[in-house]
Amino acid sequence: MEISFRDLITVLHGMGFGALFMLAFSGAIGVIYATAVAGTEWAVPQRTNTMFRLYLISMAALAWLAVLSGAFVIYPWYRAVAPVGTTDLALYPQRLLLSSPLTAGWHELGMEWKEHIVWFSPIAMTMVAYVFIKYGPQLALHRDMRNAVLGFTAVAFFATAVAGGFGAFLNKYAPVRGGNEIVLYVRH
Amino acid sequence: MRDPIRLPNGPGAAAILAAAIGCFALGIFAVAADAFAAIERAFTIWPPSGSLSGVTLAAIGTWLVAWFVLSKRWASRDVSLTRINVAAFAMLIVGLLLTFPPFADLLQGR
Repeated sequence: MEISFRDLITVLHGMGFGALFMLAFSGAIGVIYATAVAGTEWAVPQRTNTMFRLYLISMAALAWLAVLSGAFVIYPWYRAVAPVGTTDLALYPQRLLLSSPLTAGWHELGMEWKEHIVWFSPIAMTMVAYVFIKYGPQLALHRDMRNAVLGFTAVAFFATAVAGGFGAFLNKYAPVRGGNEIVLYVRH
Repeated sequence: MRDPIRLPNGPGAAAILAAAIGCFALGIFAVAADAFAAIERAFTIWPPSGSLSGVTLAAIGTWLVAWFVLSKRWASRDVSLTRINVAAFAMLIVGLLLTFPPFADLLQGR
């Protein structure tokens, strides 16, 4: 059982960082809402509060890892220009998609939307983590701030869902392949 | 239980507005790079990623500068968070629309 190096990095980007980040959203909304509703009346142990903070910092870090690996590691492989005369476009995903009107939309709508909208997530979640760390239970005293934080969290979720959804389809129609083959399992 | 001292909302408002400015800037830069070849070339600061490298780094720079400036101004103040939120979500929605290729194409008359 083998996997190419680029496949492995793409899986790490999509499943390791992106999907884990998506999974964490329900927890983030729960943490922010519960803290803000209970407010200063809620005697959260210091350790629990520290865990909440680490949770949101981890989410922001995952979002940054996902976008940075996507834009500066995988995207160059995706948009690699095929040498003149190349007929097998398997190693040139963008060119492969654009070579047919039936698949061009996956690049022109999917990738072009995904590559920009996804950056909303780390920016929004960094802000959310900062505001939560700064105010914590005091968010109950700042209702407008709590609403803004929840709104930005929802936008980050939407942006990640768009990027993750199109990423999955793009990797289905034009997977990023190449690099050294890595042997994962050998049956003796 | 003793009531804690209420923190001013300025630092939180600064973070919220700066995040919205960063997202809005990203949308503007993305459309500008798509519409004008000269801007696309200027944003291509790392050729393997094309103009995406410059668009995103410029947006991050705009966000962080806005955050720094607003934080300095509002460090110990209370501001009208309702107005900040309206401005922030307006920029966020426009920023989202600008990243949507059919909308960006419409703006460019394509």
